[in-house]
Amino acid sequence: MSKLRPQKEYEKTWAFRFFRWLSGSKDPYVGEVEMKPQRETIVPESTILERMNESQMIRDKVYDIEHNKGLSFFHKVYVASAILFCVVLVGLLLYTVSYLPKTGSADRPVNNEVSERYIESGLQETGAVNIVSGMILTYRAFDTFGETNVLFIATCCVMILLMVDDAVLKKQEAQNDRRFEPKNDTILQGTAFVLCPIIFIFGIYVVLNGHLSPGGGFSGGAILGAGLILYVSAYGFKRTQKFFNEQIYKVAKITALCMYGIIGSYFYITGANGIENHIPLGTPGHILSSGIILPINVCVGLEVACTMYAFYALFRRGGL
Amino acid sequence: MDFVQSFPAISILLCLFAGIISSGLKGKAARYMNTVLILTVTVLSACTLLYTLGTGESYVYVMGKFPAPWGNEIRVGVLESFMALFFCIIMLLSLFGGMKKLTEEVEEGKVFLYYVLTNLLLSSLLALIYTNDLFTAYVFVEINTIAACGLIMIRQNGRTIEAAARYMIMSLLGSGMLLMGICMLYDLTGHLLMSNISEQVALLAASGEYRIPLLVTIALMSVGLAIKSALFPFHAWLPDAYGYSTVSSAAILSSLVSKGYIFLLIKIIYRVIGFEIFDNSRIIDVLFVFGLMGMIFGSLSAIKENDIRRMIAYSSVAQIGYIYMGIGMGTAAGMSASVFHILSHAATKSLLFIAAIGLTDVSGGSRKFVDLTGAAYRNKWAGVAFTVGSLSMVGVPLFSGFISKLLFAQAAVQNNGKMLPALIVLGISTILNAIYFMKTVIRIYTPANGTGSCVTFRSMKLYAVTLVCFIVLNIILGVSSQPVVDLIEQGLAMFS
Repeated sequence: MSKLRPQKEYEKTWAFRFFRWLSGSKDPYVGEVEMKPQRETIVPESTILERMNESQMIRDKVYDIEHNKGLSFFHKVYVASAILFCVVLVGLLLYTVSYLPKTGSADRPVNNEVSERYIESGLQETGAVNIVSGMILTYRAFDTFGETNVLFIATCCVMILLMVDDAVLKKQEAQNDRRFEPKNDTILQGTAFVLCPIIFIFGIYVVLNGHLSPGGGFSGGAILGAGLILYVSAYGFKRTQKFFNEQIYKVAKITALCMYGIIGSYFYITGANGIENHIPLGTPGHILSSGIILPINVCVGLEVACTMYAFYALFRRGGL
Repeated sequence: MDFVQSFPAISILLCLFAGIISSGLKGKAARYMNTVLILTVTVLSACTLLYTLGTGESYVYVMGKFPAPWGNEIRVGVLESFMALFFCIIMLLSLFGGMKKLTEEVEEGKVFLYYVLTNLLLSSLLALIYTNDLFTAYVFVEINTIAACGLIMIRQNGRTIEAAARYMIMSLLGSGMLLMGICMLYDLTGHLLMSNISEQVALLAASGEYRIPLLVTIALMSVGLAIKSALFPFHAWLPDAYGYSTVSSAAILSSLVSKGYIFLLIKIIYRVIGFEIFDNSRIIDVLFVFGLMGMIFGSLSAIKENDIRRMIAYSSVAQIGYIYMGIGMGTAAGMSASVFHILSHAATKSLLFIAAIGLTDVSGGSRKFVDLTGAAYRNKWAGVAFTVGSLSMVGVPLFSGFISKLLFAQAAVQNNGKMLPALIVLGISTILNAIYFMKTVIRIYTPANGTGSCVTFRSMKLYAVTLVCFIVLNIILGVSSQPVVDLIEQGLAMFS
């Protein structure tokens, strides 16, 4: 037997809200989303004219485009020769490609003992079901260490260019952040609330399963980084900094790269000197298998996630 | 396997570790770490050099447990370890010479990034020198390019950022060409290891198969590396990049970064394509002609320049032209002259950049020639050092530049087809060099009417000691050149 609820209790239930929304008497978003009309920034006309003047002056006085026949001729020749150069280069390369060995034929030079060993004994030698992971992280581990350092040095260069060091400027940047956008976008936050955990879990899965299925540190790290970026754009820097601030970023980045370096160096130097390295390969197919590939994938994943997030944060407000 | 044989691999890895760790340090600690690192690598390289000289043969070091065609390898010979040693010394001296300027010109919170970049740059240079694998070479070329961009733009003013953007565009074009060349070579041979490729290329060349792709591959790789090392028509990025960046960066870029690419090209010529096949392709004549043009046009641009730093930068274009002329001669003598000029130019150009900064500092920071009048009296050490550098560049006996010109001339005489143009351009270029360097020396030794303040030895101890080291290095290369030349010849013989 159903019992008639008191009106007040009924108003708290989902059913009441749903029927109210259905009848159109209340939209749940009205009044909750901050949808202030944006103030239009009015740029005084004089500053625009001034700016225009400057570029006009460069054209008129410095280069004197109107009268300088030589310069305008040079510009035309420059554009024409640039186009010609590109066309010639493209033509040359296409012409060369037609002479290269045919794709797909069995007697290409690429089908030699190198790829044969990668495919046939990759599983026994590296313990990785995913041959590509085995190849880039075991056979050619040194290249991949270099490649990870490329990411690291790219972040350093972006830091040089964009990092705001001055304390006053830093505060200003933090205030300027998101001035013209709604601060707490409910739709974005709701979506991020649902999606972020899924993205993080998927990213971790891709990183950890790098030796078993397609994926690995680079792709999984990119997914993790994308999740972080979604989180920070939904909830802002203050909430992100509770679990991912500059200090943690530094520690994570340095630990990941150093771990990779230490594992790598141990592997290279023991291998080169013919010493047995005591890294168990495990049973192929198990999650804890394939020797150095799993830890290296974790390190690379961390580094890539840090790099992605650092790029976003540096471009957005010049600091983490 | 001897323990010494691991030293090259250890020094590359040490540089990478130092780069990673110094990204978490403050500026001063990062600087100490960098100094200690370079000294360690110098010692390690010296040990490797002694070891290879003792055994008299090169060896291959497998990075990991998988041998030749499957895994990565580095290869160590006399020339490689000597280059590594030399590059370390030049880098250390360049950093010491520009240290004071660095603290003035770079924001305090970003100084540690400078040392991160230099550590990684050193690792990439070592890897380019030692590598026996084309793809490893490409990966470290990337690191080298990005690090060089960072070195240019860490002094933040408008010109450097523009220069860095230009450098990046040109350099990426070069990297792209190199990468395409490597891809094609992989498609033709199925290998990435240098020794395996060269076997396959020799077979292909003997059978006449895939003649056109092979030629295009050689062209793409040579042109790509020529763009990256600022050979004449591709030098537009150079004056701004060297002229406005902080002085250590200018010295490192001009004397090490571009030389690293040239060394890679020499390595590709000997160890990948094979000297004979490269000699038979017409590409070598293209390099020769552009080298000659660079020697003249670089010097002409330097004469026109009214800014001392940019003048030295343009002089680099001319010197890179010399090196490519030597490569383009297609003889062993020409090649060893080129390698010697890599050394002598590295030692001289960084000296000139660092001496020039001392001269401009006592002239109120102005780089115009008018303001530099009498600068050598105000900063005597820098004046003497600049004079030594200029004399070496012009090719006066006793200094290293003379020996490299002598070697170029000898190589030209032994070469029938290219003797006349090489000798004529060598003569013209020497005269042009003399015009702009002697003009500067006379200018800085013309007494001025009591403007500016003199600096004493006490206020610039490190700077003066660095200059003395550079001068000594220059004179050692100039006076006792025969052991070095023998060493280069021995090293080049080991290549093939």
